[in-house]
Amino acid sequence: MAGKLDKLKKKTNSDKSSLWWMYLPALLLISFFIVYPFLDGIRISLTNWNGFSQSYEFIGLDNYKRMLQDPNTWLVLRNTLLYGVGSTIFQNVIGLLYALLLNQSIRMKAVARTIIYLPVIISPLIMGYIWYFFFAYQGGAFNDVLIWLGFERMNLLGNPDANIWIIVMVNTFQFVGVAMIIYLAGLQSISTEYYEAANIDGASRFQQFKNITLPLLMPSVTINMVINIIGGLKLFDVIISLTNGGPGMASQSMSTYMYNLYFSRQDAGYAATQGVLMMVVILIISFSALVYFRSKEVEA
Amino acid sequence: MKKSTKIWLTILASVISIVHFIPFYVLLTTASKERGDFSSKWFFPDQINWSNFSEAWEKANLGSALFNTTTITFFSALVLIFIGSLAAYPLARRQTKLNKMVYFFFISIMIIPPLAALVPLYQLVVDIGMMNTRTIAVLNNVASYLPLTIFLYAGFIRSTVPKELEEAARIDGAGTMNIFFRVIFPLLKPITATILIISCVYIWNDFQFAIFFLQDKSVQTMTVALSSFFGENTNNLQLVGAAALIAMAPMVTLFLILQKSFIKGLAAGAVKG
Repeated sequence: MAGKLDKLKKKTNSDKSSLWWMYLPALLLISFFIVYPFLDGIRISLTNWNGFSQSYEFIGLDNYKRMLQDPNTWLVLRNTLLYGVGSTIFQNVIGLLYALLLNQSIRMKAVARTIIYLPVIISPLIMGYIWYFFFAYQGGAFNDVLIWLGFERMNLLGNPDANIWIIVMVNTFQFVGVAMIIYLAGLQSISTEYYEAANIDGASRFQQFKNITLPLLMPSVTINMVINIIGGLKLFDVIISLTNGGPGMASQSMSTYMYNLYFSRQDAGYAATQGVLMMVVILIISFSALVYFRSKEVEA
Repeated sequence: MKKSTKIWLTILASVISIVHFIPFYVLLTTASKERGDFSSKWFFPDQINWSNFSEAWEKANLGSALFNTTTITFFSALVLIFIGSLAAYPLARRQTKLNKMVYFFFISIMIIPPLAALVPLYQLVVDIGMMNTRTIAVLNNVASYLPLTIFLYAGFIRSTVPKELEEAARIDGAGTMNIFFRVIFPLLKPITATILIISCVYIWNDFQFAIFFLQDKSVQTMTVALSSFFGENTNNLQLVGAAALIAMAPMVTLFLILQKSFIKGLAAGAVKG
């Protein structure tokens, strides 16, 4: 008995043991709550299930055919791409400009950094309500300014051409602080020797930015692009609080559309199909972004 | 830098700060107006109507929501740190074939957007009878932040925890569990702080999971309570504003106190997004 115990001890203590029981709880939780639902979603997407009834039928690829013919699919896909790509561009351009500014030794930089970063820790849902106070048709702060300046008030949240960009702007406002911080860290990791050498060679400030700063900042660009695009494609809370997807379907994203199909229209099978599409779109876009920007990185 | 440039840049930074503060200013004026006061949101009323806060607190059921959000966040973070650090240790230290595969599996899970599997997940929760329980919120949050937690812990153990410490403890005859809790875990404090901040901010603010699984009034979190309160009070925005201020106050206070750790921690977590 004692010998057996010793052997066991030796075995678990040696470097060759996997110690698998230590990650077993994590493995079980993830399999049960993420992997299983993910696979089950594919099965449900092949049925006409309504979300609560015990009986349903397998209908093959009918939901997928319906998805391709559903004009809403293309509308929400377009909106989702606008949210994703729009937020990514604005967050990166503005975030980089903020980082370049706040990397200088000026007063106010600590205060500015805090204020710009603050929305990151606030729930996107609440941030949406706050901006609702700003843009509301009746009594919104923005319309007050228009009236003071002698213009008509505008129903920006109810206008399908405008509200998508309002949502992009609100999402950018909320998370531009993350991009700024990542760019600031990137800027601070660039050795000053490069700039000293460039100064000796007589390179202009713009040339220095283009030939030194930007190439060496590419790893930060990669991180920012990928996290911003994933965040934008998954947008949900802000849309609910600002427009609730309206008017009609106008500002729905893939996630709010799926939510509506499931909870308002009890169309579970089809909602699962839209879920599969969302998954595929997010995977393809974030993976391509990652590969593309990785290829642009240079060795520092 | 020339002195004049410096002054211009300072002015620019000030203007940007003011612009970023405007929505919060509008929130403050909105929350301080009386019922029926439709004056411009650019101005505070002569007297701040403090009763908005008590009225919002009662009508939106914020006391119970605060309790639910706090409980769910606390237990999620606790379980996440326990299970996550435990899982990361062998994955960082024992490079067996199995462990390499498992680690790759955990990392790839990070790209799956949990919301895409909403329909089957909802059904699963109904099937196991856990709809409208705080436990399911904890389990869901733990599962979705585990991959990131394991990734951060494993990276930290590999790069900063010296192997010699464990070897010394092993020679002294300590078992794996003993080594982990007595020797390794105390050394993980910096990364544990980071993980705590990331998970607490995200779980505290969570709406996507909570809106599906915590519909019942008794288990509603702050965000869910706020969203139904907004639906009932589109004509009483002063109450919605007050409720929003109450809901964000704890996190904002923590942020202002621990600003540096927040910014550092969330930047590390941003890798996941």
